[in-house]
Amino acid sequence: MSLDAVFDSEEPAFVPYLAAGDPSYEASLEYVEALERGGADVIELGLPFSEPIAEGSTIQSAIVRALKAGMTPERYFEFVEEVDVDVPIVCMTYYNLIFQYGGSEGGPRKFVERAADVGIEGFVVVDLPAEEADPLREACDEFGLDLIFIVAPTTTDDRLESMRERVSGYVYVQARTGVTGAREDVSDQTAQTLDRISDWDVPKAVGFGIKTGEHAERIVRAGADGVIVGSALVDIVAEGHEGDEPVAETAEKLEAKARELKTGALRGVGAAVESE
Amino acid sequence: MSEDTGDFEGYGGRHVPEMLEEPLEHLAEAFDGIVRDEAFLEEFRSILRQYAGRPTPLYHAENLSERWGGEIYLKREDLLHGGAHKINNAVGQALLAREAGKERLIAETGAGQHGTATAMAGALFDMDTEIYMGRKDIERQRMNVFRMRLMGATVTEVTRGGEGLADAVDTALEDFAQNIEATHYLVGSVVGPDPFPRMVREFQSVIGKEAREQSLEQIGHLPDAAVACVGGGSNAIGLFHAFRDDDVAFYGGEGGGEGADSQRHAAPLDDGSDDVIHGMKTRVIDDDTEVHSVSAGLDYPGVGPEHAMFRETGRAQYRAITDDEALDAFRTLSEEEGIIPALETSHGLAMAKRVLEETDHETIVVNLSGRGDKDMETAAEHFDLG
Repeated sequence: MSLDAVFDSEEPAFVPYLAAGDPSYEASLEYVEALERGGADVIELGLPFSEPIAEGSTIQSAIVRALKAGMTPERYFEFVEEVDVDVPIVCMTYYNLIFQYGGSEGGPRKFVERAADVGIEGFVVVDLPAEEADPLREACDEFGLDLIFIVAPTTTDDRLESMRERVSGYVYVQARTGVTGAREDVSDQTAQTLDRISDWDVPKAVGFGIKTGEHAERIVRAGADGVIVGSALVDIVAEGHEGDEPVAETAEKLEAKARELKTGALRGVGAAVESE
Repeated sequence: MSEDTGDFEGYGGRHVPEMLEEPLEHLAEAFDGIVRDEAFLEEFRSILRQYAGRPTPLYHAENLSERWGGEIYLKREDLLHGGAHKINNAVGQALLAREAGKERLIAETGAGQHGTATAMAGALFDMDTEIYMGRKDIERQRMNVFRMRLMGATVTEVTRGGEGLADAVDTALEDFAQNIEATHYLVGSVVGPDPFPRMVREFQSVIGKEAREQSLEQIGHLPDAAVACVGGGSNAIGLFHAFRDDDVAFYGGEGGGEGADSQRHAAPLDDGSDDVIHGMKTRVIDDDTEVHSVSAGLDYPGVGPEHAMFRETGRAQYRAITDDEALDAFRTLSEEEGIIPALETSHGLAMAKRVLEETDHETIVVNLSGRGDKDMETAAEHFDLG
């Protein structure tokens, strides 16, 4: 399924994130599949990079665990081929890995070709500004993939325009600045940001700091077309790993959390909750 | 795009998460403002004179010249307060941070020289200061850790990844992202996202300005070549910049570890490829190479984007200097001149030796970027001085 098809539906999309290979390749397969059972509409699957910038400690630790367990771009592609989910997978990573994959000639084309090959639908590249994204945009166009950009409350009008020109799939709206910043009312700030991009023709998915079904509900009420959740899910993986929990048990918790978030998002539009 | 916006012919740029974009743009605007503000610049120069000890001498090292051939002049940044060129940049950025209303400084450090310089600036301007340092480096640079703490800085041990400089940078960037309102990230070299490479260059360019004037005055002409060690590359850029439009060749000695053809070095210009790291596009060592140098300050997988540009355009040449070559130069300068250089700096000296051996350059200026007191434990072990 393409990202367009997901967002064409009337329901808000639930977009969970996990780092591939955290805490191990095998367990991670189970966890990603659990997200789909819990109601994921799109999965943002992190490809871990050894020099992440400005990730919160939760995601940072997930990246370290996944790298330690042997995750590499090639293993990641195998993972995507092997994982048994029908919803679209979006690769979230850093430009270094995409660029390196091109070998001696460099550039993103080879990485995108391989990603298309294994069925990835799009990319979020944390450290790639829109102004520098043309080579990746071209490769995405060639292979029919989407390129998602992140809009922050602090993004200037100029930068919004460069993103608008290059974005497809959906736009990732960061609900607030920083990781431990002031706890303003998330939905107010979100509504403001959504207002600034209301005339964009791509769906708007909001992430950052959403931890409960109630948060998800409020975000959707503020006008989001989708809800992105990372840390709250990675926390469950981390606790399971630290507590030596059986994989199936952690997977169940993930599925339950996913369902809570998805249900919350649906409440935001007053849509009926699907019974499981 | 141009260098004024942080673009070094395709290298550099601002490859950061969206939430860092705007704060960096603010910083760039503040920087563009102060470099034209005569009052700010006068305060900066005054602190460098009165507090840091500028200008530094250009010393004709006659004994070393006799030993290696040619005429070697040393730009004595080792005589600055703190024992290295790092104070130039620390004072400049701390002043800028104060102007911008920031209350807190954070920095990464490898050898501890930049951390020490930041701690000095933090004490001088009465700002909270936190220094991130890899566990590996804390072990081999204990004296600098003590110095930083004595001056009131918090030194935070970084235990992730390779526990080195790159990991300290990652951690500092995270802190910066989380505490952006009141915190200035005092980047220690000409690396990272715009505006850091051109900002640090500006604050370090005093080295080359002085050296150029001193050359004309003392030697009567410009040198044939300017030589420096290159980790991130701030002391090299600081020396090179004033000579950019002159007929002066540039040479940089990188942390060659066990050699550029080995799997353990920190020489991305000699043996690396184009890549994106720590917010910039630059040269980075390859994936199968473990970042290693005997000198903690050169132990970094990337390099400043302007050096990547200089390499590409041929304006400067860079070579991997092995640990052994650097240690050899370390001992030679100590014996010949009674000057103990930092291990980082020793890579620049060893590069100068090669330049004298392999080219017909006669008169060369070497940036003696730091003193070697901090490296005495490594030296004592290596040369069996106990």
